Amino acid sequence: MKGMRVALLGFGSVGQGVARMLGEKDLPLTITAIADSKGGVIDPEGISLPEVFSRKEKTGRCGKPGRPKGAKGPEVTALDIVRSDAYDALVEVTPTSMQTGEPALTHIRTALGLGRHVVTSNKGPIALAHRELTALAARKGVALRYEATVCGAIPIIRTLRDGLLGNEVKALFGVMNGTCNYILTRMEDEGLTYDQALGEAQEMGYAEKDPTYDVKGLDTAIKLVILANTVWEMDAKLEDVDVTGIDLITPQAIQLAMDEEVAVRLIGEAIPSRKLLRVSPRIIPRSHPLLVEGTLNAVTVVTDMAGELTFIGKGAGAVETASAVIGDLLSIREQYDRRP
Amino acid sequence: MPQRGYPSPAPPRPVLILLSGRECNLTITRWSTMQVSMKLEMKDTPGQLVRVLEPISQCGGNIIAVIHQRDPESESDTLDVQIVLDLPAGSLPAVVDQIKGLGVNILRIGEERLLHKRALIMIGHIMHTDISDTVDQIDRTGYAEVSELSLMMPAINERSSARITLRTANRKDMESAVAILREVAAKKDLLIVEPLEEMA
Repeated sequence: MKGMRVALLGFGSVGQGVARMLGEKDLPLTITAIADSKGGVIDPEGISLPEVFSRKEKTGRCGKPGRPKGAKGPEVTALDIVRSDAYDALVEVTPTSMQTGEPALTHIRTALGLGRHVVTSNKGPIALAHRELTALAARKGVALRYEATVCGAIPIIRTLRDGLLGNEVKALFGVMNGTCNYILTRMEDEGLTYDQALGEAQEMGYAEKDPTYDVKGLDTAIKLVILANTVWEMDAKLEDVDVTGIDLITPQAIQLAMDEEVAVRLIGEAIPSRKLLRVSPRIIPRSHPLLVEGTLNAVTVVTDMAGELTFIGKGAGAVETASAVIGDLLSIREQYDRRP
Repeated sequence: MPQRGYPSPAPPRPVLILLSGRECNLTITRWSTMQVSMKLEMKDTPGQLVRVLEPISQCGGNIIAVIHQRDPESESDTLDVQIVLDLPAGSLPAVVDQIKGLGVNILRIGEERLLHKRALIMIGHIMHTDISDTVDQIDRTGYAEVSELSLMMPAINERSSARITLRTANRKDMESAVAILREVAAKKDLLIVEPLEEMA
């Protein structure tokens, strides 16, 4: 056992990405508990990751059948892990409802209440309860970090919080949804209709079977809410965002834009001085730094001292998201926990 | 009603549009008028100013403002007059020649076009929701005009797409014009794709 003890809730794409990277890299972080929706395991000495991976592959679950050591019940649940004292930081990456934020919200609230750090990739609880959760974390003297909720691998929140210290952030603009950007890029490159490009995105695994949440701009709107609440402590809600999606964009509209050396992209913009939170398809010049191709994300931050900065990177993917989660964990360890 | 000193909208010009086949694309470019200001030095005699203004209306121009200040202390027998005109594009040289022919000295000419340009994309049932009304709502502001419209209609009953280019004298007028277009679009259930202008 070395470094900070980590409990991992959620063993889907992101959870497995985090576990795999922590297994491969020699970092001062040890996973002492893992659970998926069907149960989990706790080992204060550190979980054997290969064992969990092979069990997940064979049985579809990461918990052992029968009574695991250190647990009171017949099976360890995610909530058992949250309430246990087997960890210092909780990584909450469960599949979570965007409407209620559950089960992540309960996990996060409970862990913070017990004085544990929390790192999450779940947008729901952060968008719904940012003020409550940050206040709780502050009261308990622990950290709540959520870099992975916005723009995947781009360290936008850490940049805004630490990298640009002393700056006034005047506005934020971003291409924050890889699905929409992929669809628009394909319509542009191949002259596809919206339906054709969406079908292709679904085949490639870039779009969900029900793409509503992405293509209607809601995913971008939630990310905008998270950024606005983080940077300006706006206490904004999803309802405060003026949202228009890309599902009505025609190939002819893309063509008319291309004739003028401009492109159509779904842009999230936040300008607090104008009380503006808006997600809408916009025309941007081909030379604009926000004009990224495929599933890439890009964010431009407008500040008083540093001027305009644009960050471009992968917005999704297991390892890319793990990069954001692990970065948060190590930054917490740096700040709070100096055990060897 | 002209607003903030801008010209009244130009009289409507008929446009014949031929629509044929299933797919139809068309672009209408309008030659815009230009705003010109001139400082003239003329003889301070009765009727002189009226004579100067005559060639302007003859070529279809519109007089927007005439400013002259008489200095009671002045010993001079000439008068400085500033005029602001709205002229059809290309007619300026003829007007200048005629004014000079009257023995009037042109001290300065400044051209003020509608310099601010913004292209937006509209998607929806653009024709069926009365496109000439959509254009007219901008033109009749007096401070903004639609200078170009490119329309693409893939098939009857399908949504069409258009690129609409607005021109105004300044950014503030542009914001007002875009706000009007947004309102019209919302009423007609058209999607407006605006350029990202707010940066910096």
